[in-house]
Amino acid sequence: MKFLRRIGAVAAKEVRQLRRDRLSFGMIVGLPIMQLLLFGYAINMDPRHLSAGIADLSATAASRQYVQDLARSQVIDITHQAGSAAALEELMRAGQISVGIYLPPDFERRLQQQDRAAGQLLIDGSDTVVQGAAASLAMPARTTPVNDRPPTLEVRTYYNPERRSPVNTVPGLIGIILTMTMTLFTAVAIVRERERGNLELLITTPIRSTELMVAKILPYIVIGLVQATLILLLGDWLFRVPIRGNLLDAYTVILLFIVANLALGLMISTLATNQFQAMQMTFFILLPSILLSGFMFPFDGMPTAAQWIAEVLPMTHFMRLIRGVVLRGAELWELRGELAALGVFLVLALTVAVRRFDKTLD
Amino acid sequence: MVRTDARHADLAIRTRGLTRDFGALRAVDHVDLAVPRSRIYGFLGPNGSGKSTTIRMLCGLLTPTEGEATVLGHAIPAEAEALRRKVGYMTQKFSLYEDLTVRENLDFMAEVYALPRATKRERVDALCERYELTRLLDQRAGTMSGGQKQRLALGAALLHEPELLFLDEPTSAVDPENRRAFWESLFDLVEAGTTILVSTHYMDEAGRCHELAILDQGRLAAAGSPEALSRDIDAQVVVLRTDRPRRAGKALHAEPWVLSVAQIGNELRVLAASEHDDAAVAVADTVRRAGFGVERCDPAPASLEDVFVAATLPTRQERVA
Ligand SMILES: Nc1ncnc2c1ncn2[C@@H]1O[C@H](COP(=O)(O)OP(=O)(O)OP(=O)(O)O)[C@@H](O)[C@H]1O
Ligand SMILES: [Mg+2]
Repeated sequence: MKFLRRIGAVAAKEVRQLRRDRLSFGMIVGLPIMQLLLFGYAINMDPRHLSAGIADLSATAASRQYVQDLARSQVIDITHQAGSAAALEELMRAGQISVGIYLPPDFERRLQQQDRAAGQLLIDGSDTVVQGAAASLAMPARTTPVNDRPPTLEVRTYYNPERRSPVNTVPGLIGIILTMTMTLFTAVAIVRERERGNLELLITTPIRSTELMVAKILPYIVIGLVQATLILLLGDWLFRVPIRGNLLDAYTVILLFIVANLALGLMISTLATNQFQAMQMTFFILLPSILLSGFMFPFDGMPTAAQWIAEVLPMTHFMRLIRGVVLRGAELWELRGELAALGVFLVLALTVAVRRFDKTLD
Repeated sequence: MVRTDARHADLAIRTRGLTRDFGALRAVDHVDLAVPRSRIYGFLGPNGSGKSTTIRMLCGLLTPTEGEATVLGHAIPAEAEALRRKVGYMTQKFSLYEDLTVRENLDFMAEVYALPRATKRERVDALCERYELTRLLDQRAGTMSGGQKQRLALGAALLHEPELLFLDEPTSAVDPENRRAFWESLFDLVEAGTTILVSTHYMDEAGRCHELAILDQGRLAAAGSPEALSRDIDAQVVVLRTDRPRRAGKALHAEPWVLSVAQIGNELRVLAASEHDDAAVAVADTVRRAGFGVERCDPAPASLEDVFVAATLPTRQERVA
């Protein structure tokens, strides 16, 4: 039972110190909120309301229906009507529209034939994000037959009918926030003790390395859960991000990811000699976690080498898990491969950390 | 054989050829120590002489590069864990938590040592009483003065009533009056059976130790009781009173058999090589020959400082080279 007292003593001390460190304490709550607002409102990776011009030369019921569907997707706002393809080009050159839609006089016949594109989509390629977003508009017209209720954007928008990016972003944001705070906090928590000389004293006490590590991790598990809850609640409240899957499953995934990141933080703490190095190493992990995990860019579109790197990062697996559970309502059993990957990462990081953290100053 | 075993049982610490390298630097160089139980054993040595490194090895904080050490019957570093509850360590640099209060720091240490809850309160109160911390209980450790911090650190190191106490320059920031009180409390501990190993720069503190080891550049330069060290010093001490002490000192320095010259007030304290016959006469002759008057020139008993200076001087070969 003595080991419980030792763990309790260190964990309680950790919480007390954290409470006195206003900046860190603020970061716990402030960081998730700030990031959520930033990614939710400001950084719009999937833009909507692109100004568009239409040149509908066929003017049939089907073409009008099609234009209406496009408008309903909210990707484009039809701001201009034009009489010809040339007029559309002119509008685009002048910067009045980002997207031009040209429907030729024989639009309806071409749709039914399906052997070539029914219409033309003119895109302002000078903005790659616009390009990517608008290009998706072209697909349905070419691949789906026209009937009473054309399933225009159905495939792409099944989980996100309004094509809103917060829906995709918020669950992933939990991963980013947790990677950042969990890894950094644990790494710094131990490195700081070494830097300030506290470790020299602690080592000569009966506390064991594993006890010290567990005690350092415990408070941050709670903090991580608080952060995740905060993001889920705010995501629901501000951006109506639903949780389709089992809430318990979501928290299981989050908990596993928290512990994996804490183990990573411990590992970093055994490699870094000062707080600045610990911070650098955290960002060394954080950056690829943001860029390669599928949070920013679709995983499938990345080069193979990048995909390999991504597979090593816990964030990548967490992304698949949390999107699966929260957005698609998947069962944990269906995602067992990803769970196992996180588990393996956790065990490896923890082993390295405990191995390297022998109780000496050597 | 039986006798030596019995002798070893009385030793709290025994090292043989204890050595520690940091890269190319040899911080501790084949040090042999024999520290008896229930005694205050001093480490005296200049900056960088390896005092802290030796203590860290004996605590199991650093792994020796070479040599062996037994602390309270446990081989170091293999059995270091078994020692944790028996050993208290006060680090040279304050190593409790500056952002916690005195009470919180002491409570933390008491919990880490898992002191019985019944006696914990009592123990903390008694230590605060003894080291005058009661008034400071709710002050953050980081805001305390250097001496207050050192008293807190000593109190924390004593919470679990260790058999062996390592004190690394415990009084470097303590005023003379508190230093006396500090040492009085150390003797109380020794009376209760504690062994104390203390490192220091202060001669007066070194003189209070039962036994002493003088370290120099990682090597054990001399060891023994302060009295024995003064008696067996490998040099002669001469006290000289002259009208031009600075210049006379320079003249003396030029002589190869003069180990060191230090001015103390109006007098010069000269350390001469022990093999030189009658150093007092030679010193007086040298000064007169240089053209300065000699008011008084007598041999004197060696102080601990003389011992320290003689022990930490470069060896003759190094001086010649
Ligand atoms: N971790 C380390 N890495 C490299 N060199 C070290 C390390 N620790 C100590 N040293 C070196 O070992 C030598 C002995 O250092 P140590 O701290 O033991 O001296 P000390 O006698 O305690 O000195 P002081 O009186 O200044 O405290 C010094 O030259 C120091 O620079
Ligand atoms: Mg030192």
